[in-house]
Amino acid sequence: MNKILVIIPAYNEGANIEGVISAVRRDVPYADIVVINDGSTDATSCIAKGLSSSIIDLPYNMGIGAAMQTGYRYADMLGYDIAIQVDGDGQHPAHQIDRLIAPLFEGKTDVVIGSRFLGEGDYVPSLARSIGIRIFSLILSVITWQRVTDPTSGFRALSKEAITFLARNYPEDYPEVEAIVLLRKAGFRITEVPVRMEARLWGKSSITYPKALYYMVKVLLAVFVDLLKKVER
Amino acid sequence: MQSVQVIAITFSLSILIAIVDLIRRGRLKEQYSLLWLASSGVLLFLSIWRGLLDKMAQLVGVAYPPSLLFLIAFIFLLLIVLHFSVIISSLSEKNKKLAQEIGLLKALIEKKRFDAERSDD
Repeated sequence: MNKILVIIPAYNEGANIEGVISAVRRDVPYADIVVINDGSTDATSCIAKGLSSSIIDLPYNMGIGAAMQTGYRYADMLGYDIAIQVDGDGQHPAHQIDRLIAPLFEGKTDVVIGSRFLGEGDYVPSLARSIGIRIFSLILSVITWQRVTDPTSGFRALSKEAITFLARNYPEDYPEVEAIVLLRKAGFRITEVPVRMEARLWGKSSITYPKALYYMVKVLLAVFVDLLKKVER
Repeated sequence: MQSVQVIAITFSLSILIAIVDLIRRGRLKEQYSLLWLASSGVLLFLSIWRGLLDKMAQLVGVAYPPSLLFLIAFIFLLLIVLHFSVIISSLSEKNKKLAQEIGLLKALIEKKRFDAERSDD
């Protein structure tokens, strides 16, 4: 029997978190849930506790990278076989999780990324975002020597070995793209599966327009630094 | 003695005294004071020993020897700032680990308590 954990990072997601938790409970009843409350100032923590799910309250807002890493450390500590990361804003539909973890059960891969650009769903990003994703996609495809269509997707499932690796090495500010590079450098197999994502249930995405350019430059720089870094598995 | 030399000696001597005093009162840790001590020591030494400063200036092609003091001070400052950046990076990494550990511990305690309550029922 595989132990499966759904990690939900949440920062001020009071309006969405209940829906996300109950959807995961309904659609993936065999999985445990842990919410990583990244120093929210709203009722996120109370709501999650009220639903009696496990919750990790970080003492201050540490950023998505540190929050996700906390989730992986939790999964590693308690010996989970599979971890799935699902955003706390409701854009990752829980009913697609089965699909996401299927390749892991077959043992064909270590990391599965849910991609919005493999024919499923009708997600059309804004022009700026589309250009950004394309650039990342191109660069990552070259670096990893395989096709990566949705490098910024945070809808992912990982094997036990990949969990242990990410518990030790996880990038900080905008970690999705960098994590792919690190995982690949450490020799993990990465697979994309088509998924359909929803628009956020409520509130704004953490990446706003003025930050987009800064995000691009920073992540690109970080990716090249990652290429120089020593990675130990 | 030229006035520039007097100023240089006064300046580097007062920095050296200030640093030693900070260490003595425990406000500056020894491990963070080494570069400070070295830089003020070297500057003081070269301010006093004018002959050596002149020779060094000639060697690197600096026309006005006292301006070599600026170059040396600048190099030391670069080293000190770089040293600080490294220390800040390691501190922030440790801080992150601590905060994560606190979060994990709190969650585990909560879990234990929850399990105990359930087995009581």
